[in-house]
Amino acid sequence: MTTDIEKQVKEIIIEQLSVTEEECVLEAAIGDDLGADSLDIVELVMAMEDTFDLEISDEDLAGIRTVKDIVEYIKEKS
Amino acid sequence: MDRIKDKIALITGGSRGIGRAVAMKLAGAGAVTYINYRTNEEAARDTLRRITDGGGKGKLTRFDVARFEETREAIAAIVNETGSLDILVNNAGVTIDGMFARVREEHWDAVMGTNLKGTFNCCRTAARQMMKQRWGRIVNMTSVVAETGNAGQACYSASKAGIIGLTKSLARELGPRDITVNAVAPGFIDTDMTLSMTDEMRNSIIEQIPLERTGTPEDVAGVVAFLISGAADYITGQVIRVNGGIYM
Repeated sequence: MTTDIEKQVKEIIIEQLSVTEEECVLEAAIGDDLGADSLDIVELVMAMEDTFDLEISDEDLAGIRTVKDIVEYIKEKS
Repeated sequence: MDRIKDKIALITGGSRGIGRAVAMKLAGAGAVTYINYRTNEEAARDTLRRITDGGGKGKLTRFDVARFEETREAIAAIVNETGSLDILVNNAGVTIDGMFARVREEHWDAVMGTNLKGTFNCCRTAARQMMKQRWGRIVNMTSVVAETGNAGQACYSASKAGIIGLTKSLARELGPRDITVNAVAPGFIDTDMTLSMTDEMRNSIIEQIPLERTGTPEDVAGVVAFLISGAADYITGQVIRVNGGIYM
């Protein structure tokens, strides 16, 4: 179950940000390392919300910086 | 205009006036035209009939733009049915006129609710879909009075001015996704909204119009059609004034 979430999150990030699997490591920062601009981030959040059927508030979003942060957040919410 | 053939268009307030003219223009160019109305079903059906008589494709969609959820569901239904939402014309508008010192809170709320919030509600839902598509054309109907003000139309003018700020912000945000967002500012147009004028009032207004006539819904529809056409691909965040020169 948990590895599924990590796999799904990475797949979404890879597709949305057009990055490679190699680049999409847990420690990668969405903005700084993977080059996401504000529009990319909005779309990424939308895709996560749709896929995992949850709502990510702005407050929660503020604490998310890396791929690992997203994976942990979604594991927590699921 | 070839470019919009079979594209999915939604016109709010499409049952009469400017909305009807825009719906007919877009349907005439081949767009599948969803005509939104709130209460005037008869007029909406008439608009649809004129479209289909002319060989165009369209559908009616009844929802109140002032209601966020209702709007969201209605637009989701369109996307579900057709797979996309390519063109959005936020035209639904009301006015409740009166001298400011006598304006009631519910007048302000009603006018803001349909005109400004309604435009927000539609844009908010449409934006997500258009971002996924990486293509969209949004045209918001503002008004000459948004920039000039008009005694007796404080609520209406304020709501239309708000639309300008919204238009420009959305143009900046959504530009990277090939979504253009523009506003059209009609001047004095012959529709139900301006029908109840005395001849004296009408003449005093025409005296201020260099082109010496009031505008027709088709005058405005032509500009909307231009803005969603390929000829306007590099135009975004603009307010195009269609007013016979009454304000420059």
